Amino acid sequence: MITTSEILETIEMISQQHLDIRTVTMGISLRDCGHPELKTCCDRIYDKITRRAEKLVKTGEDIEREFGIPIVNKRVSVTPIAIACECCETEDYVPFAQTLDRAAKTVGVNFIGGFSALVQKGFTQGDRKLIRAIPEALRVTERVCSSVNVGSTRTGINMDAVALMGRIVKETADISQGQGCAKLVVFCNAVEDNPFMAGAFHGVGEPECVINVGVSGPGVVHSALKKCAGQPLNVAAEVIKKTAFRVTRMGELVAQEASRRLGVPFGIVDLSLAPTPAVGDSVADILEELGLESVGAPGTTAALAMLNDAVKKGGVMASSNVGGLSGAFIPVSEDAGMIRAAAAGKLTIEKLEAMTCVCSVGLDMIALPGDTSAETIAAIIADEAAIGMINQKTTAVRVIPVPGKTVGDFVDFGGLLGRAPIMRVNPASPAVFIGRGGRIPAPVNSLKN
Amino acid sequence: MKAIVTVIGKDTVGIIANVCSLLAQNGVNVLDISQTVMREYFTMIMLVDTAGCKVDFAALADILKKDGQEHGLDIRIQREDIFEAMHRI
Repeated sequence: MITTSEILETIEMISQQHLDIRTVTMGISLRDCGHPELKTCCDRIYDKITRRAEKLVKTGEDIEREFGIPIVNKRVSVTPIAIACECCETEDYVPFAQTLDRAAKTVGVNFIGGFSALVQKGFTQGDRKLIRAIPEALRVTERVCSSVNVGSTRTGINMDAVALMGRIVKETADISQGQGCAKLVVFCNAVEDNPFMAGAFHGVGEPECVINVGVSGPGVVHSALKKCAGQPLNVAAEVIKKTAFRVTRMGELVAQEASRRLGVPFGIVDLSLAPTPAVGDSVADILEELGLESVGAPGTTAALAMLNDAVKKGGVMASSNVGGLSGAFIPVSEDAGMIRAAAAGKLTIEKLEAMTCVCSVGLDMIALPGDTSAETIAAIIADEAAIGMINQKTTAVRVIPVPGKTVGDFVDFGGLLGRAPIMRVNPASPAVFIGRGGRIPAPVNSLKN
Repeated sequence: MKAIVTVIGKDTVGIIANVCSLLAQNGVNVLDISQTVMREYFTMIMLVDTAGCKVDFAALADILKKDGQEHGLDIRIQREDIFEAMHRI
């Protein structure tokens, strides 16, 4: 029998420490939806998504009520559209995004991911058409998320794609007042089973349909750490590990239940610590609880490395199907502590870049001055991709150059996307470097066979 | 199916009687009860069996929640599995 204190501890985690399942994401293959005619192709996509995900939201809500655990988001990811729709004889890919948006609204999910292309080694015709459509696609849709993979440890970095994505990010911001960029991620070493937006897509090696779950719980880890204040860091690591174990077990239970009820195989539990703008649900607060005056202070990278590793150790014990990104997220606009530190000038882009070397995922939800050049954005993408390529990990860039705003201003994205101060960017120009194009060859550590 | 009912709030006369009669009306069997008063806060935990429940689980949860709100209490019902998963290897 479970003890009273264990029951009350769980209830306190849910009611006061923001413990929740961050997302139940259904991955759906669209590989059988391609057709030379645009309308037939769009109809096939719409029909398949609405058929497969018909009961996703209802099932999620039922599980929520039976277990008494909030499931914050129900989402859908699909095969990268550049692959699924490549045989379609159209030049304009915006209608595919509109179809995804319409399907998302019909099934009631708040985001759908997969308006994506994988171009780490080069572009196909479909890849080029898709990337060209991104700014307009993100302007005219509400729930569609887009991602482009520009590099990997095995292939190196496609610097033509990096330069192109610098321009695409800029153009997306210009025609959507920055909002579109919150739904656009540029990856290196993108994973195929990520349940978290905006970077989710259903990889080509994935099954027909799959359920992936992302757990959360920065607030729970923070509360647990308060009880061991002042003790050595190995003690803190142990506390984090045990907490991550519990949170992940809950995620595994929900994932298995959702999979059974929907009749869809269970894919993975993603162990990431994902913050929200709510007070008490912050990764920055955990780092400060470990003894830093502010996130961004010297020592932040070390604290984050320990946190991330301890979360994984606890999580791996709790679930035999761990995958996705599985690391601490540090999105500036979605984390109250990060916002506070960035606004006070204690957290800089350079420090955030260092932090991405030891955690997933990258420079995430960072607002930049509106006059930041496409080349500078491309160079920021290149730096992050290089970190991912050399360290054999996923890295990403989701930056928002906000038109008309400058350092010191604030921008509000609304809801889960939060609000962010505009951060300073190094003014020295990388334009000639980015203008060279070509590829950064695969690193020597890619040669493992 | 086994579930855990938790009742937390300010102590008043008749809390246990009220929750038990609500459960009985809906065909829910109480297997075990433990209760304590910490400072002036009342905390009751019940292990129940919902196999004979006349309404679906979500409806039962709503009935209990609503009754709790009327009496200034936080009443939850959750499947036992979640506690097992989190606290037992």
